[in-house]
Amino acid sequence: MSPVDAALLERHGLTPDEYDRIVKSLGREPTLTELGIFSVMWSEHCSYKSSRIHLKKLPTDGPRVLQGPGENAGAVDIGDGLAAVFKIESHNHPSFIEPYQGAATGVGGIIRDIFTMGARPIALMNSLRFGEMDGPDGPRTRRIVEGVVAGIAGYGNSIGIPTVGGEIVFDDRYASNPLVNVFCLGIAAADALVLGRASGIGNPVYYVGSKTGRDGIHGATMASAEFDDKSAEKRPAVQVGDPFMEKLLLEACLELMKTDALIGVQDMGAAGLTCSTCEMGSRGGAGIEIDVMHVPQRETGMTPYEIMLSESQERMLLAVKKGREAEVERIFEKWDLHAAHIGEVTSDGMMRVKDHGNTVAEIPNTALVDAAPIYDRPTTRPAYLDEVQHLDWSALNPALPSDALLSLLGSPTIASKRWVYRQYDHMVRTNTIVLAGMGAGVVRVKGTNRALAMSVDGNGRYCYLDPRRGAMLAVAEASRNVACAGATPIGGTNCLNFGNPERPEIMWQLVQSIEGIAEACRALNVPITGGNVSLYNETNGEAIYPTPVLGVVGVLDDAAKVVARAFRGEGDDIVLLGDGIGELGGSEYLKVVHRLVRGRPPELELDRERRLIDLLVRAARAGVVRSAHDCSDGGVAVTLAECAFDTGGIGCEVDVPMVANKTGAQSFDGVGALFGESASRAIVSVRAADRPALMELAASGGVPANLIGKTGGSRLVLRIGGRTAIDLPVETAERAWATAISRYFKRSAA
Amino acid sequence: MKFTIVVFPGSNCDHDAYHAAKHVLGQEAEFAWHKETSLKGADVVVLPGGFSHGDYLRTGAIARFSPIMNAVAAFAAAGGPVLGICNGFQILCEAGLLPGAMLRNRDLKFHCEHVGVRVEQTDTPFTSLATRGQVLHIPIAHGEGNYFADPEVIADLEASRRVIFRYCDADGQITDAANPNGSVKNIAGICSAARNVVGLMPHPERACESMLGSADGLVLFESVLSQVAADGRMSTAAS
Repeated sequence: MSPVDAALLERHGLTPDEYDRIVKSLGREPTLTELGIFSVMWSEHCSYKSSRIHLKKLPTDGPRVLQGPGENAGAVDIGDGLAAVFKIESHNHPSFIEPYQGAATGVGGIIRDIFTMGARPIALMNSLRFGEMDGPDGPRTRRIVEGVVAGIAGYGNSIGIPTVGGEIVFDDRYASNPLVNVFCLGIAAADALVLGRASGIGNPVYYVGSKTGRDGIHGATMASAEFDDKSAEKRPAVQVGDPFMEKLLLEACLELMKTDALIGVQDMGAAGLTCSTCEMGSRGGAGIEIDVMHVPQRETGMTPYEIMLSESQERMLLAVKKGREAEVERIFEKWDLHAAHIGEVTSDGMMRVKDHGNTVAEIPNTALVDAAPIYDRPTTRPAYLDEVQHLDWSALNPALPSDALLSLLGSPTIASKRWVYRQYDHMVRTNTIVLAGMGAGVVRVKGTNRALAMSVDGNGRYCYLDPRRGAMLAVAEASRNVACAGATPIGGTNCLNFGNPERPEIMWQLVQSIEGIAEACRALNVPITGGNVSLYNETNGEAIYPTPVLGVVGVLDDAAKVVARAFRGEGDDIVLLGDGIGELGGSEYLKVVHRLVRGRPPELELDRERRLIDLLVRAARAGVVRSAHDCSDGGVAVTLAECAFDTGGIGCEVDVPMVANKTGAQSFDGVGALFGESASRAIVSVRAADRPALMELAASGGVPANLIGKTGGSRLVLRIGGRTAIDLPVETAERAWATAISRYFKRSAA
Repeated sequence: MKFTIVVFPGSNCDHDAYHAAKHVLGQEAEFAWHKETSLKGADVVVLPGGFSHGDYLRTGAIARFSPIMNAVAAFAAAGGPVLGICNGFQILCEAGLLPGAMLRNRDLKFHCEHVGVRVEQTDTPFTSLATRGQVLHIPIAHGEGNYFADPEVIADLEASRRVIFRYCDADGQITDAANPNGSVKNIAGICSAARNVVGLMPHPERACESMLGSADGLVLFESVLSQVAADGRMSTAAS
């Protein structure tokens, strides 16, 4: 091979130190193929080398946890002998370079992670961040939005897994680095989870799925670097998805898993054949030997290096029992898939790659996995914090409340996402019992009385202002959303989107966020069963907001007791659960009305949050609440408006409690009461006859509960201390909310 | 009574049709793989929704060549009730069992939402228990549901009362605003000349339980149940 020089190492994203480590662990210089293998396995994306020591702080155990981090996905026990298998993953970099395919293949990848565990995927969600659709980057952002949404739809709709919800935030900090985090949940028999491991000397190793091409080579390395103006040149590193192929793989694998011929399976995602071969051998305490000659190839003249590093989509690696080959091959043939026998399980713990019988790579799995570098990178509290946490109210003029409400409802982050979710098949599989946009995603579990609720949440602005508290609030909000549906949170998954960890300020944000997640998850009994870290989310040196996204899954024992956000009828009592203290730091109000990202995010008292979550679950179980909606972005005013939307125009009349604004600026008191985002609150509606029961539950659960008004009429009437602050027809408010996103895409509207 | 649900590679509403037949209606239900040649003693055949063959080439264009389609054609020719839902409707059109074709939705976007569907005719096995003008609240989920046929075919469909469902507003009015995809004359579903083969783009199997937001789709399945039961009695009486 050519001598290893600095340029070669740089192309592989390896440092000279890391190269020395490779030489040391091999006891010799690597071949070019081996260098490629090391480079992807040791990339940030695959090795978690910057985050690993901190991820250990997350709580991963609990009575319901069947599978924690380390496998293709985590799993929790949901009763009735069933497990919920779920994970969230990012596909940020590819989605910026090629929005449709980047997002589509992200969906494809997370679905494979779920069904490789032996679970049938039944729900998808996503958490998206884009730039603003106005302004200089607007046209490009709109193109990205359209492409990402179409890509998610194109893949999920075709494969037939409903996209039941999610969240979308627009902020210019994501203009050159959008985030596409995709979540998938599946159902498996709790005692039949399939693991990604190869064992049993001499057992055959099969390759199934699409042929290998030159697409996606070094995708994992790309995902581990910052963007610059030349990133468009990296387009060939984005793969093209084929949902039809994956549908066949899904059905064939699930059929195969019903037999006992299978030992282990892993999808070829990031780092393709390299990662699956190494990890399956490593987890099973064995080795795998393959000959690339047998790998089905789409193009001619591919080198072993290219075959091992390709990230072509829709490919799986399987270890099956010797003697059962014919049975396995028959199942794949039924689905018109070709299962290629490419190698064997060995006893020597080596990943051995041959090309027509000649060894081209021979690496101990331990060198790739255990000897991978782990960095305890330096951290520094960023200097910007002192500046942005300071909020000077005296320089601001409070907006007229009704104007502020209309501005907030019409801002794309808060507005209805119907234009988006209408493009997603959110009903296929006939399990969706809370339709997209009506609250947390909720799917019933057929064959049981249960349902699963899920929510993905994150607030980058909060995390920018205070990463630790912001991350805690994300855990709280996702858990609260699930509880609003009536479900007990039982597990979580996280996707940590940050900038370049080699910058101490970014590393500080990451560590603070992980510690915040850990603390909140412990307090709320939400073990983290897996997830994903996406670093280097920077373009031309500007990082995104630190954006940890939490996916929380909850279980409802009785699906019929599910609760959604919208008011259900006239004359119901409206009760505000929890106390607000008018916190406006980092709020949507400040951002939308005053164009300010300042202050500190709301305080979070975890004990209070847990009591609220418990109450919401108990109240739903008792059947006393008719609607429940988390009170967060945009405060009480936006929450009430959202409760009135999609109801056919049921309004409300409420008197919002006055709050003592801690800033002391009296003129802002009303604004704080209406738009403050204090945590641990929810707005519920109850039949008047059921209110005493709710109040009793609240009192015994230690949750403040205040009757604030009644549903009815066709106007949103909000008073503060008896004085009318907002009085708008629901129709006017709903129009602002319903059209705020679709208006950017009029060209293609029906 | 037995429902046979044909599974093509890429079908993804097969389990939903099975669930509706078996668990909601309490009838016998069985899948038939597209490479099979027998419909396994079906009383009713359902071609379910999905993306058979990934919608590659053209929706339904490859599925029509599956071996099972000969059995479906023979079953239809013998007067057996056949329901094509969404992709199943597209396949029936490609197979020539129903006229017309589906274009991309006029806004070029996939639409998944509940829509109003007006029952136009009740003399088919799948609408016999509905009333004319009844408005069903049923979801659609498709990117290519823009029904098209040339004017002669449309005139013939209308003259022979073979337009079975039309998109409508909540009051049953046939308006352009209520047309989600641009279909000619708001056509959402049609039947064959012998009236026993019905295809529609909306998904009645997704609207069989109130928990899912609507049970309006049940009437199609209950209709065919009563129809087959009546036919069974007639044939018993005749024998």
